[in-house]
Amino acid sequence: MVGPAKFSLRDMFLEGVRPLKKILGYVEINGETARIDAGELKHKEVNDLLRYVALNKIRRVEVINVTGQRYIGTRLHIPNPSPKLEIHIYGIPGNDLGAFLDGHRIVVHGNAQDGVGNTMDDGEIVVHGRAGDVVAMSMRGGKIYIRDNVGYRTAIHMKEYTGKIPVLVIGGTAQDFFGEYMAGGRVLLLGLNLEKGEKHKAHYIGTGMHGGVIYIRGKVENYQLGKEVGIVDMEGEDWKFIETHVKAYCEYFKRDFDEVMSGNFMKLIPVSKRPYGKIYAY
Amino acid sequence: MKTFMLPEFIIERSDERCIRCKVCERQCAENVHRYDEELDMMFEDEMNCVGCQRCVVFCPTNALTVRPHPSTYRPNANWTRERLQDLKKQAETGGVILTGSGNDKPYRIYWDHLVLNASQVTNPSIDPLREPMELRTFLGRKPDKLDIEYSEDYEDVDIETELFPNVMIETPIVFSAMSYGAISYNAFKSLAMAAKEYGTLFNTGEGGLPKSLREEYGGNTIVQVASGRFGVDPEYLNVSAVIEIKIGQGAKPGIGGHLPGEKVTINISETRMIPEGTDALSPAPQHDIYSIEDLSMLIYALKEATNYEKPVSVKIAAVHNVAAIASGIVRAGADIVAIDGLRGGTGAAPKIIRDNVGIPIELALAAVDRRLREEGIRHKASILVAGGFRNSGDVIKAIALGADAVYIGTPALVAMGCTLCQKCYTGKCAWGICTQDPYLTRRLNPEIASRRLVNLLRGWSHEIKEMLGGMGINAIESLRGNRDHLRGVGLEEWELNVLGVKGAGE
Repeated sequence: MVGPAKFSLRDMFLEGVRPLKKILGYVEINGETARIDAGELKHKEVNDLLRYVALNKIRRVEVINVTGQRYIGTRLHIPNPSPKLEIHIYGIPGNDLGAFLDGHRIVVHGNAQDGVGNTMDDGEIVVHGRAGDVVAMSMRGGKIYIRDNVGYRTAIHMKEYTGKIPVLVIGGTAQDFFGEYMAGGRVLLLGLNLEKGEKHKAHYIGTGMHGGVIYIRGKVENYQLGKEVGIVDMEGEDWKFIETHVKAYCEYFKRDFDEVMSGNFMKLIPVSKRPYGKIYAY
Repeated sequence: MKTFMLPEFIIERSDERCIRCKVCERQCAENVHRYDEELDMMFEDEMNCVGCQRCVVFCPTNALTVRPHPSTYRPNANWTRERLQDLKKQAETGGVILTGSGNDKPYRIYWDHLVLNASQVTNPSIDPLREPMELRTFLGRKPDKLDIEYSEDYEDVDIETELFPNVMIETPIVFSAMSYGAISYNAFKSLAMAAKEYGTLFNTGEGGLPKSLREEYGGNTIVQVASGRFGVDPEYLNVSAVIEIKIGQGAKPGIGGHLPGEKVTINISETRMIPEGTDALSPAPQHDIYSIEDLSMLIYALKEATNYEKPVSVKIAAVHNVAAIASGIVRAGADIVAIDGLRGGTGAAPKIIRDNVGIPIELALAAVDRRLREEGIRHKASILVAGGFRNSGDVIKAIALGADAVYIGTPALVAMGCTLCQKCYTGKCAWGICTQDPYLTRRLNPEIASRRLVNLLRGWSHEIKEMLGGMGINAIESLRGNRDHLRGVGLEEWELNVLGVKGAGE
C-alpha cells in the first residue's frame, strides 16, 4: 500500500496564494492607468490584480518584474462589455501568455515562453524578443507579432471563420512542425535574422495543413515542406496583406520597411481542404 | 468494380398486407424501397439496407420484416461472415473500415458477473415510495478537511474552509459527449432540453455550443476542449457548468477524429468556427499537452479563463495504465476524471481500433478508484465513467465500484430512436439523429425526443432508488465505492482482485 500523498503537484504550485485584499498593495492606480509589481506575486495573484484593474475600468496597466508567471491576460473575459485593457509586461511572462485572450492588447518588453496566444480569441500580442514553443496554437482571431524567433510547433491548428482571421507575424525563423494541421489564418515568417542564403530552420512545414495561408520570406527547400502544402504565385491581395503587416512589424520593432520588403516572399497553401478524405472505406 | 459483398439484411414484404402507401420509400435514407407505378408494386434493393428498422416501424400494416440476411459462407469459427465481408470491402476500396456506435464484440461484460446485495432480517430495507431517497450528486473537488465556526450561541454554523466549485446533479446520470456535427441540431437540443428539465448535464463534445443554446442551456452543459479546439471561445467556456479536456475516447483511444468536409454545413461551420466544407480534423494528441505538467498547464489555463468558477474534467480512454494516468490527472489539478471504456460509443471510428483497443470500464474504474484511495487523493476529484452502460443496474454497480456518476450515450440515442445499425459515419441516419440532412433531421422533434429522454432518466432513477432502498441505503453517496455490496459470479481470482470484490457466497 502506498502511503498518503505528501503533496499534490498543483497544490504546491498554488500554495500560499493570498486573497485579493492582501495583495492590493502591489498595485498602484493612477486615473486610467495602473502599475502592478509582480516580483513577489504568484501567477494567480497577478491575474487577480489584472482582473481587479480591468473591473475598475483601467485602460493601461504596466506589470513590472514579471518572472515567469503564467496565463497573463487569460482571466479577462468580463461579461459586460468593458474597455479592453492594454497590458505592458516588463520581464519574462510565463507559459500560456494571453491564452483564450478576449480582445485585450499585451506588449511584452522582453522574451516570452511557451504557448503565447494559445486558443486566443481576439486582441493583440506584441513580443519585443523571442517566443517559445506552440505559439498561436488554435488561435482563432486577433494578431500576434514576435520580433525574433519562435520555437517548435508554431501556429498549429490555427483556424479562421468568416471575417475572423487570426494573423501571426514572426520576425525571425521557426522550428519544426511550423503550421502543422493549420486550418485557417495567416502566418508571415520573415526570417530577418538569417544570414544571406541561410535556410529557415523548420521542417515539416504545414504538415496536415487544410486551411489558411503561410507566407515565408527567405529560403526554404522543398524537403522542408509537408506533403499537404504547395507553393503558389503571389497575387495582389497577398502583397497588400504582406505590406500591411510588415509595416506594422517595422513600426513596432523599428525596422526598415523597404529592406524587409526587398526579400523573396513565397506563399504556401494547402493542396486540399480535405487531406485525409480518401483513407476510409464507407 | 463488381462488388463481391453479400447483402447484410433481407427485406421480406407481405404483399397481402402492403397497401402501396410508400411510407417505406419516403422513410428510407438509403433508397432501398422503390415503387413501380406500372406494376403497382414495391421493390427493394437489399444491398443498401443497413437494417435500421425505420421502414418496419413506420409501415402502417406491419407488412415488412427486415432481418440479417440468411445467405452466408460456409460456417467457420475463425473466418466469420463479418471478417470475410470486411476483407472484401477493403479489397474493393483500399480504405480503413469505419464504423459507428460501440464495440460489439463478445468481450466479457463484467456488469453481468456482478450482483448486488439486499437487506434481509438483520437490517431493514427502505421503501423509497415513503421515505426520502437521495440521488443528488455533487461533481467536483472536495476539500481535505472542513473548518467550521459556530456563532456564540451555537445557532449559526459557518464553513470557514474555502470550497472548490462543485456542480449539483439530481441523478448520477449525465449525457455523454456527442457533438453537434456528429449528431443533428435537433438531437443535440433534445439532450440539452432533457438535461435541463431533469437537472443533470449534457456534454457538447468538441463541436462547440451553438449560440442559440448558450443562454438557456449553458448551465446544464459540460463543454469540451479537445485537440481541434473547435468552437472554443471565452463565452463558450464561461456559460458552461463544467469544462472537460478531452484526451481520449473509449471507442478510439489514441487517435483523433475527422469530421468529413461534406458534413461541415453552414450551421456546423458557424458553431465549430471553421470554414464550410473543410474537414474538421482533431489531431490525435493535444499539441500543447505532452506530459502531466502540460496537462496541468491547460487545466489551470481553463480555470483562469473561467475565474476559477468551474470544475475542470479530464476525459481519457480506459487503457492499460489507467490508474497511474488518473492519479497524474488528479495531481495535475483536475476536479473530475472521466474514463471511457472499451465499449464506449462513437459517431465514426476505424473499426479495427474500436474493436481492439482499450480495456473494459469495470476494471478501469475499480483500478482508478482503488489507486486514488490508496494515495489519499480520491476526494480531490470526482470520477465519471462511460462506455456501454445499458441500464440502471450497470449504473448502480458502477457507483458501488467507486464512480460518482455515469455518462450515458448509447441509451440516450436509443431512447431517441437509434437502433444501433452502426452506420452513424455515413451521415444518413433515417432516425434524424446522426445526420445533417434537413429532410432527415426534421424527423426528430426535440419536444418529443426530450420527453423520451426525461422518461428514461426518471425510470432509471426510480430503479436506482428501489435498489438502494433494498440495500438499506438512503443516499447514493453511501454506496459510492462500497464494494461490500457487490459480489462476483463466474469470475477468475485475478478479476475479483482487480474489481476488489468477493465472490458470491463469500
